[in-house]
Amino acid sequence: MSAVAGALPAVRPRAPAKRGLRHLAGRFARNRLALAGLLVTALVIVIAGGALWIAPYSPIKTDFTAYLQPPGGRHLLGTDELGRDVFSRIIFGSRASLEAGLISVGLGISAGVPLGLAAGFYGGRLDDVLMRLTDAMLSIPNLILALTVVAVLGPGLGKAMIAIAVGLMPVFMRIMRAQVLSERGREYIQAARALGAADRRIIWRHLLPNSVAPIVVQGSLNVAGAILAEATLSFLGLGTQPPTPSWGSMLNAAQQYLTQAPWLSIWPGIAIAVTVFAVNVAGDGIREIWDPRTR
Amino acid sequence: MLRFVARRLLQMVPVLFFVSVIVFTLINLIPGDAARLFLGEEASPDALVALRHQMGLDRPLPVQYAWWVGGMLHGDFGHSFKDNRSVLATMWQKIPVTAELSAMGLLIAWTIAIPAGVLAAWRRRTAADYTASAAALTGLSIPNFWLGIMLIYLFAVNLHWLPASGYVPPNQDLGRNLRTLIMPAFVQGVILAAVVMRQLRSSMLEVLSADFVRTANAKGLAAATVLVRHALRNAVIPVITVMGIQLGALLGGVVITESIFSIPGLGRLAIESIYARDYPMLEGVVMFSAFAVLAVNLTVDIVYSLIDPRITLVGGRS
Repeated sequence: MSAVAGALPAVRPRAPAKRGLRHLAGRFARNRLALAGLLVTALVIVIAGGALWIAPYSPIKTDFTAYLQPPGGRHLLGTDELGRDVFSRIIFGSRASLEAGLISVGLGISAGVPLGLAAGFYGGRLDDVLMRLTDAMLSIPNLILALTVVAVLGPGLGKAMIAIAVGLMPVFMRIMRAQVLSERGREYIQAARALGAADRRIIWRHLLPNSVAPIVVQGSLNVAGAILAEATLSFLGLGTQPPTPSWGSMLNAAQQYLTQAPWLSIWPGIAIAVTVFAVNVAGDGIREIWDPRTR
Repeated sequence: MLRFVARRLLQMVPVLFFVSVIVFTLINLIPGDAARLFLGEEASPDALVALRHQMGLDRPLPVQYAWWVGGMLHGDFGHSFKDNRSVLATMWQKIPVTAELSAMGLLIAWTIAIPAGVLAAWRRRTAADYTASAAALTGLSIPNFWLGIMLIYLFAVNLHWLPASGYVPPNQDLGRNLRTLIMPAFVQGVILAAVVMRQLRSSMLEVLSADFVRTANAKGLAAATVLVRHALRNAVIPVITVMGIQLGALLGGVVITESIFSIPGLGRLAIESIYARDYPMLEGVVMFSAFAVLAVNLTVDIVYSLIDPRITLVGGRS
């Protein structure tokens, strides 16, 4: 029996993975805008990882002899109301953004995929309840849902990421369920079943690998949104807490000094916009190479 | 048609039920005692017990839930923890403000997105297309609160053209009303414009390659006639669906724009009730926004069937 089941992957109608990946990478490289987006994203990752070595000053050390200094001179992008170096704070602030972007999407996927899989695979009552649940969650505006979750959990970067993930979860549930429903009736699944493959084997060997592409595509498109959502929650004072720098909380503090020190409001916004733009472009590129409809 | 609307209205019931369960569960997970929040820290124990009884907090959770939902069905959304205002009455005051802001945002979005989307599709792979597409992507990437701050800096702080914040009701002074709303409405409109433009571009591209457009061109009709009368009319249909889906994002964005521009609408009410731990108010706002999203999506489906006779509504054969 096990010998027969072991032979299954060989008859799976799928292109060899290696050639497929190289093919996709080649197509991605030809899309110059997407490549540029990916490079900028990589640069932000390097900056976040090497912040300790790149930043000229400590991001949290205050200096009351040099507060609200305009850009130029010893402080490239000026200093804030506590005399902290804005350039260094922007460099360190990239960490909160990237963490939020990647971890909240990761959390959303790891909660949404099993639930969507269960809904699609087992169907029936479970499916009904879970789908009405996603309907309900999707009908609450994302930011309002996130705010309500933060009201429960309290402020903080980790909690903000959970709040963002809660909003993303139903999206991944829907995609995973749709994927399972479209694959479940295919011949190769029936063949696997006929050969006595257990549910678990069908899920791990067939359903999950076949769902990687749509989940990755959706996830890469959501990273940009998650970065924006973290910035928004931090801007409202509910995300990253002081003195840890994050681009959103920097903009929150800068609001009071808009007339005196407008640069405080300009740089973090540019940092967010450039990063989100790059991630968006890279995400669009990933969708284009993977989604046959956009070719 | 009527049967379709009735069916869809009935389908909203289980969804709203789940929304109410989610909201009730979340709020009850919040640590702390509502009676103490209401009376303040130095309340006497007797008063706390009395209020807990009056608010029904000493009853089991399912009973509390039933009371809350039952109240809402009778139009009683409870009272604010902060100042005992009726939640429903407060929301009624805020809804027109948010509705006006959203309508202006929508108008701005369509005014930008329709010409841009048509142009980008018509002149595909030209400088115009790339500019419009890049602008749309930029619109999606700029944080809306930052855009708001930058507009305030430019038009209020530097140029003194527009007031930085505040709100004047339209029946009091329409001119000032519009002047206070133009910046926030633009902020609301930008993201939506980006989404609509991208969707319109891709559906226009599809329609432009259709046979009937080729026929219209071959007939010698003017390019503008073909674009607007033939292509746009068909391409706009999927865009409307996207608009309906985007309403949730629009209502979420209102939280930001209203707090930056100090506009007394629903969004600001939501954020204020979170800061003030005013849970009955927060529950009311969440329930209402979910209801609004569902209602708009239903309206979109109905509008859909009116513009496109090919679409038959399930259960509406009469």
